[in-house]
Amino acid sequence: MRKFDTKVQDLKYKVLREVARHAFEDRLAESFIDIPDEIVVGNKPTMRCCVYKEKAIVAERIKLAMGGDKNNPNVIEVIDIACEECPMGGYAVSDACRGCIAHRCEEVCKRGAIYFDHTQKAHIDKDKCVECGQCAKVCPYTAIVNIKRPCENACKVKAISMNENWAVSIQNEKCTACGACVYQCPFGAIMDKSFIVDVVELIRKSNHNHNYKLYAVVAPSVSSQFSNAQLGQVIRGIKELGFFHVVEAALGADMVAMTEAKELSEKGFLTSSCCPAFVDYIRKEFPDMAKHISENLSPMATIAKYIKETTPNAKVVFIGPCTAKKMEFQREEVRPFIDSVITFEELQALFDSRDIDLSVLEEDVLDNASYYGRIFARSGGLSDAVREALKEQGLEDFDFNPISCDGIEACRLALRKASRGNLPNNFIEGMACVGGCIGGAGCVTHEERNKSEVDKYGQEALEKTIQDAISVLK
Amino acid sequence: MKITVCIGSSCHLKGSREVVEELQQLIAENDLKDKIDLCGTFCMGNCVNGVNVTIGEEIFSLKPETTKNFFDTQVLKRI
Repeated sequence: MRKFDTKVQDLKYKVLREVARHAFEDRLAESFIDIPDEIVVGNKPTMRCCVYKEKAIVAERIKLAMGGDKNNPNVIEVIDIACEECPMGGYAVSDACRGCIAHRCEEVCKRGAIYFDHTQKAHIDKDKCVECGQCAKVCPYTAIVNIKRPCENACKVKAISMNENWAVSIQNEKCTACGACVYQCPFGAIMDKSFIVDVVELIRKSNHNHNYKLYAVVAPSVSSQFSNAQLGQVIRGIKELGFFHVVEAALGADMVAMTEAKELSEKGFLTSSCCPAFVDYIRKEFPDMAKHISENLSPMATIAKYIKETTPNAKVVFIGPCTAKKMEFQREEVRPFIDSVITFEELQALFDSRDIDLSVLEEDVLDNASYYGRIFARSGGLSDAVREALKEQGLEDFDFNPISCDGIEACRLALRKASRGNLPNNFIEGMACVGGCIGGAGCVTHEERNKSEVDKYGQEALEKTIQDAISVLK
Repeated sequence: MKITVCIGSSCHLKGSREVVEELQQLIAENDLKDKIDLCGTFCMGNCVNGVNVTIGEEIFSLKPETTKNFFDTQVLKRI
């Protein structure tokens, strides 16, 4: 059965699965070197020039699956030898140019960079071109194309450049670890570091939850992720792996919605703090706006904090769609509450490393949060929740005017306006991924139906109001 | 005295919110806020018998409708 969107994800998953399997069997240190031979079988190459290169790249993936380069603080890393050094010429005239008479491209180009050969076909003088793209916009044949690397195109914070060998390179001071390049690189040359081995160790060392209780906090986007199983079977599967209990991060979202609504009514303007890549983006690109970031911890950290405060000897692993959470949990203010972070991709690898077939498991239950906490997983959900939380706290008089931004480009636009004082809104809901968390790089699938799955899951919540959901926490 | 109510998913679906609310009300009515520390925890590993409630180390199985009786017979006598 198809599990992933692409074969790149599938390859990454196989490596993670085998690394987890070896780790569970307590033989990783001795036998990780055998994994490339287990994944690349036979002597016919299927992905690269030869099986030796394929195996060498798998070996690099194994390093990342085992935690990656310890000297690189970023969780997003490049596998140099996997980078195909794609062309990145910028604007170019394709064969679709008909050599027309109108020459709109020439007219619009302020730099005089367009010239014509003896057949009247257009060319671009790269010494003059500034890559503004106007010529491409006006060509009636759309004959002018922008040749960009998929990674570069995916990276809306412009953290991607190339090194002296033409391979991709990531500028950590710009990167927000959103993972868009990881998902978009067609060769899988960029990968998020994995803490899957740490999680296997947490499971093993808990000694069936006798030494400590191991909690899984799952993001609400889980509802759209495992289409071959019921959500209840996914929860059962997580417990079969060795977790003591599963708690909804959405309950943390309910808690955040309440305090964020109050904070907003007091301060008059806020930007949300749920998405770690958005928060990081503000700190890096709009430092003057950082004072407006909500003081709330993220839903993940908020619920984990509650678990640790109420349950002695608890350890918490967050399971979600997000690679940036792998950065967030290492922050000083979050580290005490979260012990490790994995993605849904990695959860699937864990299930299969233990040969857990979700579809035959008895259904367990997951019910902590309200409708509003659960819809945080998709763009607009956070704003809906804050509106509801204002109402439930009797703060309806506050003139709530949110803008929901999904994708860094939308976030940038709103932040730029706000920093100049001409944004009409008083609350910026920022999500680095298009569509919100359901668009996260660590998702198993990214499908149209995912949004409606999240909404459906929201409606199934026992608690209909945020107040009811959080009332048990006092 | 510490009373802990399980708020894990299974107990939540069986009514831990109602149990918590009722206990809160009874504690307030009996003016015992200083003496009873009411708190929640995620899962006591005894899901079949939920809603699970502990007084110290002792575990009790409650339903929303048995909460008042629990309070009268178990909580008050320990005060």
